Amino acid sequence: MDTADSVGTAATPSRLTARERARRAARGGGSRSAPAPLLAPALVAVAFLVLPLIGLVVRAPWARLGSVLSGSDATQALTLSLWTASVATVVSLVIGVPLAWVLARSSFPGQRLLRALVTLPLVLPPVVGGVALLLAFGRDGLVGRLLDSWFGLTIPFTPLAVVMAETFVAMPFLIITVEGALRSADQGFEEAAATLGASRMTVFRRVTVPLIAPSLGAGSVLCWARALGEFGATITFAGSFPGRTETMPIAVYYALETDPDAAIALSLVLLLVSVVVLVSLRDRWLRGGAAS
Amino acid sequence: MTPDNDRGLVVEAEVTRGGFTLRAALTASPGQVLGVLGPNGAGKSTLLSALAGLTPVAAGRIVLGGKVLDDANTGAFVEAAGRPVGFVFQDYRLFPHLSVLDNVAFSPLARGLGKRAARSAADHWLGRLGLTGLAGRKPADLSGGQAQRVALARALAGEPALLLLDEPLSALDARTRLDVQSELRRHLSDFTGPCLLVTHDPLEALVLADRLLVLEDGRIVQEGTPAQVARRPATEYVARLVGLNLYSGHADGAGVDLAAGGTFVVPDHGQHGDVLVAVRPSAVVVSSERPQATSARNTWQAQIAGLALLADRVRLDLDGLPPALVDVTPAAVAELSLTPGSRVWLSVKATDLEVYTRDDSQHG
Repeated sequence: MDTADSVGTAATPSRLTARERARRAARGGGSRSAPAPLLAPALVAVAFLVLPLIGLVVRAPWARLGSVLSGSDATQALTLSLWTASVATVVSLVIGVPLAWVLARSSFPGQRLLRALVTLPLVLPPVVGGVALLLAFGRDGLVGRLLDSWFGLTIPFTPLAVVMAETFVAMPFLIITVEGALRSADQGFEEAAATLGASRMTVFRRVTVPLIAPSLGAGSVLCWARALGEFGATITFAGSFPGRTETMPIAVYYALETDPDAAIALSLVLLLVSVVVLVSLRDRWLRGGAAS
Repeated sequence: MTPDNDRGLVVEAEVTRGGFTLRAALTASPGQVLGVLGPNGAGKSTLLSALAGLTPVAAGRIVLGGKVLDDANTGAFVEAAGRPVGFVFQDYRLFPHLSVLDNVAFSPLARGLGKRAARSAADHWLGRLGLTGLAGRKPADLSGGQAQRVALARALAGEPALLLLDEPLSALDARTRLDVQSELRRHLSDFTGPCLLVTHDPLEALVLADRLLVLEDGRIVQEGTPAQVARRPATEYVARLVGLNLYSGHADGAGVDLAAGGTFVVPDHGQHGDVLVAVRPSAVVVSSERPQATSARNTWQAQIAGLALLADRVRLDLDGLPPALVDVTPAAVAELSLTPGSRVWLSVKATDLEVYTRDDSQHG
């Protein structure tokens, strides 16, 4: 048997630039270019995601941007959105961080169920959230009924309702981020603090929170951005009264019919906010890590 | 309770941690440094954890300065934050977000001193440990030796009644370790309360500790001064630690039948029954032929299994009845052409054998 015939032959060589040679020598690994069956669909995905954004930027009334945004409706929506989102974030911090601590550090029966309930708003259709809020806090709602008869307080269709709707959809983001950070935090420092005589609240204040500060910051930014962009829950629970409960996303929706330029301008502002948020969170969020 | 123990530590307890049980009964007087030696998994960290209040005891009690810290019978338990205990962790655990000064001031502040008082207390301790210039630095900018001293200062600033050190020098390189060791000895002697120092390095224990406690598998196997432990090790582990050959056997008059094989002629000790025999590796003589007309009462054949070069000698690992570790000079190795597999004769004088019972090794 002539073994020479069964010996394999090499393929025809391709061209490697000097740069690619250096890269492969330093880092190892094979060819980095994408094979065609993967490249083509990838390009389609890119086009699908990027084209709408390009369309928005290209069709914007750049020349009139300033005057459109300072028109009373647009400014009102802008101001309302900014302060309600901020208040919603503060509320989320005040009540959400303690809940995150409870979920991460203590144990009690029904904990897993509680965690699932708390993260439900992440997946729940926002408009459903709005309906649920109405049923709880509306005039005839579970709690709303009592608030109305005791204090004469109606919540729906007020700025308070906007804050509540935004908190409802945005707080879970903060809770999840902080809980993840607490779980993966090194409890050795907290042990050390205990041996130094620190009570549990002192440990929380002086050791735990400072050490998860980066995750706290990231969670807050996410929470704020989500609150800013909320539409379904806000319009259902708070309505859309200009100046009182018409936030930016709602204003965009209605402006599309009456004043398209204002709609586009407001959309641009929201797009800009989103980009800033992503850029500031790039390492944390895009990599999928919630640890500080 | 004697006046001494009014400020001392008394432990008689059983601690369970993750499927492992430690049973310990020990006392430490004020000003005494108790070195806790043991292999990994012996229970040293479990002991410290229980003393600090990070793990409750499963049975028994811990009393410090006359006050009960933990009592499984009555259910009394003082939380870690409420115990006057200073802990220096193996990895120091300096708070990365606080400066050196704030780290050291942490305990006074947490225990209720005002900010200014806490800072001045911290300054005082930084001065005592020679760290004044580092007050503003962050832990990440400290060298190993500096971090170790800051950790010690931080523990001492809380004015503890009991000081616990978990392998305080293990994170340092050999050179720094020597320098820090002598300094540490000075600071520990200044400390007025009892101090427990956990280490796996017998040399460190010898330098820093006044008394030694050897833990193995969750039990105390030996207790005594370093000299006592070194002369009469109670177990194989301790013997290996201090560099001795240790044999268990049965004594009958002038001879001891060894469990590892062979018989030793021993000086008249009057022991009968189970005994331990210790032989220094440097007391064993190696000959290439059977020694004739020698005063050594014990001679036996052995085969070299391995050689290890130590600082100034060669340690031979020999298989025989019994096996032995023997130290010889490098010149002797060359002269006798000693290599693994060489058959040699070993001899030991009866007077070089230390014979004792297990009980003798306990009462140090």
